[in-house]
Amino acid sequence: MTLQITQTVDARGLSCPMPIVKAAQAIKTMASGALLEVLATDPGSVKDFAAWSKITGNGLVEQTADAGVYRFVLRRK
Amino acid sequence: MNDSLNLVLFSGTDDKLQAAAVLTAGAAALGKPVNLFLQYWALDAFRADRIDCDHGLAAEAGTEGRAAVDALRAAGQASWAETLRQAKELGGVNIRACSLSMDLLHLEPADLSPLVDDVEGVTAFYLNADDGQIVFI
Repeated sequence: MTLQITQTVDARGLSCPMPIVKAAQAIKTMASGALLEVLATDPGSVKDFAAWSKITGNGLVEQTADAGVYRFVLRRK
Repeated sequence: MNDSLNLVLFSGTDDKLQAAAVLTAGAAALGKPVNLFLQYWALDAFRADRIDCDHGLAAEAGTEGRAAVDALRAAGQASWAETLRQAKELGGVNIRACSLSMDLLHLEPADLSPLVDDVEGVTAFYLNADDGQIVFI
């Protein structure tokens, strides 16, 4: 199944907490149910996006890691 | 208990301001209201003509700490001022100068960076903090 991504945030090379900040800025502009893709290289982002999803209620739909790049797909609540 | 984060910034060195900016941005990304209250040397660092200068590091950093901080910056880490700008874009972040510290440093509101929203006294800070947590840095 291919997910329909609405917007992508490239946070590669950014250190904590910028990947989360950029994602939060982007998702605010999106409609409920829309999907945001985030690319990050900060290893802390794995636990951060899980925590952010839990606290804000925005869903963490997919999470993968490939060659040091973490990819998250988040669904706007 | 409300969910606001209330940071009193006292120290004006770049490492402590960076740590405060990270806490602020993280809380803002979670939708928590954040109030920053700038006192003494932290307020001095928010002067419009000095905010982008080097403000040094806390004494415990030493030369190794200096090198580590420089390496992070060289790798593209956002400055504390830029981190706060991004946090303010998310909304819910208020930065206010302590009026006593304004007198101490002979500052007028026009001397401060546009990041600073207002000047207030300590009672107004407590009113805004309500019963949220307060952290002193």
